[in-house]
Amino acid sequence: MQRLGHVHGPCCRNFERGGGRSGMSAAGDQVLTAEHVLEYPYSRSVGPVIGAFLTGLRDGRLLGCTGSGGRVIVPPTEYDPETAESTGELVEVGPEGTVTAWAWVGRPAPQHPLDRPVAWGLVKPDGADTALLHVLDTGSPDTVSTGMRVRPDFLPEGERVGRIGDIRAFVPAGPAGRGGVG
Amino acid sequence: MADRPGSDQVTTLDTPIRLDYHFSAGAAATPYLRGLAEGKFVGQRCPVCRKVYIPPRGSCPTDGVATEGAEVLADKGTVTTYCVVNVPFAGQSIEIPYICAQVLLDGADISFMSLIQEIPADQVRMGLRVEAVWVPPEERGPTLASVEYFRPNGEPDADYDSYKAYL
Ligand SMILES: [Zn+2]
Repeated sequence: MQRLGHVHGPCCRNFERGGGRSGMSAAGDQVLTAEHVLEYPYSRSVGPVIGAFLTGLRDGRLLGCTGSGGRVIVPPTEYDPETAESTGELVEVGPEGTVTAWAWVGRPAPQHPLDRPVAWGLVKPDGADTALLHVLDTGSPDTVSTGMRVRPDFLPEGERVGRIGDIRAFVPAGPAGRGGVG
Repeated sequence: MADRPGSDQVTTLDTPIRLDYHFSAGAAATPYLRGLAEGKFVGQRCPVCRKVYIPPRGSCPTDGVATEGAEVLADKGTVTTYCVVNVPFAGQSIEIPYICAQVLLDGADISFMSLIQEIPADQVRMGLRVEAVWVPPEERGPTLASVEYFRPNGEPDADYDSYKAYL
């Protein structure tokens, strides 16, 4: 559905004048309705560690960080989730990884990243000890499985801006195991 | 080590939050909104205390009963209180300074906030009598934007006792 693309407060300026548009009653004795959009254009500061992770995505690389006991945490955190100590240096992981869990989305909602059925999946990149959440674009629930090998499908260089969507989706890695930046 | 030079590193992330509402005006506000499209203020009356509410919300907050009818009110009234807006802010569409006033329409028992124009900011006062300036009929719709603003209508100031109960 086409939506209005700008900010509207919850006021009554959006009512159809005279009637006739779908969703808007034109009959004299019916209740008026209107579509409203409320949008807050937040820009948040990401800090040094997530900032490095996002910078890595922009460069077409997956970064984690070292935590307690030599564990590698992806996405990297500023503090170790187990010990609350500061985490260590950033390390490159993947890009291929293994699906550890998934859920099929048969009817994607407008806010979902792709406009066709996909899976949400937890992907543990090679060299990492944690998994990150992303979209698995496999085409069908029959072609996704726990333990399957996947690789990130990065947007082309120049379209990547430093956000998780720089990875369009994770896709099957294939038996040849080809990975890396498309 | 895969760290990046600080100057080139991503520091912010745009995360817009968006809410799509399907808004129903309800049985009480619909006649009010339709009235605005016709250049009229339409309120509703409480059957118990007889107060007239505009915009009508469908019930009387004092008596807890449904309000009734379609009370057509005058498009003039009294400034009960006001403030002068001197501070610029993002998205401001009106030139400062301007007056944001509570206007008590004649026949109404509640005031609502309105823009006052056509008078210097330092001459606005409590009790000032004002009238609605409507946008041209072809531009009116079921929205308060059908009222461009209120302006002084030249009548003598209202006596304080006539509106002190509405402050
Ligand atoms: Zn009442």
